[in-house]
Amino acid sequence: MTRRASIGVAVLLVIACLLLPFVVSNYRTFQFTLVLVYAIALLGLNILTGYNGQISLGHGAFYAIGAYTAAVLMDRLGAPYWATVPAAGAVCLVAGFLFGLPALRLEGLYLALATFALGVSMPQLLKYHHLEKWTGGVQGIVIAKPEPPAFLHEAGLRMNSDQWLYFFALTVAAVMFVLGWNLLRGRVGRALIAIRDQHIAAEAMGINSALYKSLAFGVSAMYTGVAGALGAIAVQYVAPDSFTIFLSLVFLVGIVVGGLASISGALYGALFIQFVPNVADEISKAAPWAIFGLFLIGFVYLMPTGVAGAVRMLLVRFTRKGAK
Amino acid sequence: MDAFIHQVLSGLATGGIYASLALALVMIYQVTHLVNFAQGEMAMFSTYAAWSLINAGMGYWPAFLLTVLFAFALGVVIERVVIRPVEDAPVLAIVVIFIALLVILNSATGWIYSYTIKTFPSPFPKEPLFGNTYVSSHELGAIGVTLVVLVLLYVFFRFTPLGLAMRAVAQNPESSRLVGIRVGWMLALGWGLAAAVGAVAGMMIAPIVYLDPNMMGGILLYAFAAALLGGIESPFGAVLGGFVVGVLENVLGAYVIGNDLKLSVALGLIIGVLLVRPSGFFGRVHVTRV
Amino acid sequence: MALLEVKGLHASYGPTRVLHGMNFAIDEGSITAVLGANGAGKTTTLRALCGMVKTEGEVRFGGARIDGRLTEDIVRLGIAHVPDGRGTFVNLTTEENLRLGAYTHKDPAAVESDLERVFGYFPRLKERLRQQAGTLSGGEQQMLAVSRAMMLRPRLLLLDEPSFGLAPLLVRELFEIMRTVNQRERVSILLVEQNAAMALDLADHAYLIETGRVVLSGPADEIKRDDAVRRSYLGY
Repeated sequence: MTRRASIGVAVLLVIACLLLPFVVSNYRTFQFTLVLVYAIALLGLNILTGYNGQISLGHGAFYAIGAYTAAVLMDRLGAPYWATVPAAGAVCLVAGFLFGLPALRLEGLYLALATFALGVSMPQLLKYHHLEKWTGGVQGIVIAKPEPPAFLHEAGLRMNSDQWLYFFALTVAAVMFVLGWNLLRGRVGRALIAIRDQHIAAEAMGINSALYKSLAFGVSAMYTGVAGALGAIAVQYVAPDSFTIFLSLVFLVGIVVGGLASISGALYGALFIQFVPNVADEISKAAPWAIFGLFLIGFVYLMPTGVAGAVRMLLVRFTRKGAK
Repeated sequence: MDAFIHQVLSGLATGGIYASLALALVMIYQVTHLVNFAQGEMAMFSTYAAWSLINAGMGYWPAFLLTVLFAFALGVVIERVVIRPVEDAPVLAIVVIFIALLVILNSATGWIYSYTIKTFPSPFPKEPLFGNTYVSSHELGAIGVTLVVLVLLYVFFRFTPLGLAMRAVAQNPESSRLVGIRVGWMLALGWGLAAAVGAVAGMMIAPIVYLDPNMMGGILLYAFAAALLGGIESPFGAVLGGFVVGVLENVLGAYVIGNDLKLSVALGLIIGVLLVRPSGFFGRVHVTRV
Repeated sequence: MALLEVKGLHASYGPTRVLHGMNFAIDEGSITAVLGANGAGKTTTLRALCGMVKTEGEVRFGGARIDGRLTEDIVRLGIAHVPDGRGTFVNLTTEENLRLGAYTHKDPAAVESDLERVFGYFPRLKERLRQQAGTLSGGEQQMLAVSRAMMLRPRLLLLDEPSFGLAPLLVRELFEIMRTVNQRERVSILLVEQNAAMALDLADHAYLIETGRVVLSGPADEIKRDDAVRRSYLGY
């Protein structure tokens, strides 16, 4: 593909993203909002697991912390919804960094175990009765739906709240992806990969692997927390049982299918985990997970670079042909 | 005081079940250096098979034996078909495969049996044994079954050529090949045995927690904690760890942190052990070489 | 006919080739030594015979092709391999180590008599029966490794550097025993050694290898008299 052609494609994609909520139904718009939410969460997990090689099977816990931060701030303290997103990010940054400190000492399998334990016990922690006056216990918290801001209306833009929420999520996602792209394409990204592939050599080269690893944990949790807050606002509801270990496993499915250590992979993964269960649900309640499982096995055996890897390969082949 | 004794005894009963599952984890860890995240779901799946047999009119103990055999076969097949091709893959790939197994078994069970909770029979009488007031017959029976399983495993590994060969493979696969041991089959056998032990644990816990596709989530966590506490490489440690975790869970749940935070005991133990003493109480310390 | 016949044997670890077309043969009942400097490919040659590395070329044992077969299957044909580093099961007892050597024999009475036979050669092991093998001394571990191999009742015994780390006196003793084993039990022996002088004293036939190729071969007495060998390997 020539440079001009790729710019053309990018412009078309942006236009498509902007027009999307005006051409599909409200329900579909809501689903695409969730795709954006998941994409942010997957990018977060990918920073940790894909780029830095630290396996987390419990990222649902950080998503839950983000979601509850948003819900508690809005419901109990009356904070505006948009302010809760950075707040959730900050809370999760700290939580992730703190969990990452001890996790430093854990190699691959043991970290997987510890995070798995965190993921499994999260719902119980959220139900804890001494926190009930904040978290709402088993019942959870219902959140009011954000309305489009008044200035849009005054500017003559008519938009319903689903459409507005989509654009809000799109903006947050764009910011997070640009930040992520800058972070991962530069020095930091190279350091993370060096630690993943050759941690002793990386250390010898003067990379402070302890700092980078706990930082990766913090940043990764922050992304997932931001996603959690956005998700809570979109769904307008948080409850402990929405954040079981299976949520963490959904994220794992997302990064494996989308592509490990790939920024665009987060988007493919998000589309996959949002829409495949919708289709599969019509077969049986259990079908989505059966399909997730089979895809996991299939991708590990046949396509370890995920969809992103396949897309990259196709593009390369395509440009070679074009050049001839 | 009576209540306390009761808590300790029923802690020992569930502890025995954690011990069995922890032992299953250790058996697989010893031969492959991997922690099988699907161990709990394999046990759950086998327990459902037992439920089917019993519901079809089979007596409890024949169904019990048949289920153990079924679980053994399931373990062997999973090792040969799913695990073998990724044996030398990076840890992440293998963990993903385990997770895939976990969700496939979970959803397959949900698909076949639905997600409604079912009761599972206990083979032991309803009235407490020996007129004691501390512990139910099922709890006592579960302790007994666990002990029988442990003794059988001990005898197998200690006194039979096959058991010896499996220990040899766990220690030194290359030397094992050089004395003519078929290492691949020993790994499969290890998986089979682990699955069989897990199935016994599943059938013993099911009357207590009821049958449901997600029944093993928490129990697996306690088994992890038990295996780590004892040292993930030590079968003896795993068993002891199981009983300790069982009692701790019950006593702390009843008197200290309340029943609604029980799982956090497991979480705390896992993280605590990994940080303070990663080799557990009976494991060896491993040194990473450059 | 030769017991073991090797033609054009190549072997590689990943992308690195270590053996480049080796040719050699071992006669039934003989002791054959493979000599060479560090890194010449001695250990790899033994590993290649047992299918422990990727190989190309032809290996025949008793006339049948064994290249490309699984290690455990090759062992079951009667090739016992005492590997580099001895391959002791350090956490098992001496007795368990020995019984593992007889893993492929199912007749308990025969295994017991094999044990007695091995104790005849290495009485020291009998005293260490219940001891953890990892706690044995270097010499005892070497005896254990040879004994474990003998429990297989092999037709061909592959020995990788049996003298490594042993006191010279012990080496002499061990080599004496190997000669007796060879004569009494009709076991052919393929011995890989850096200690060329001792190996040539024991062997009937010898091969000299350099960078993965056989560069010289002949009866041990002749090799011993070869000037180049004397200068480079025997040091006089």
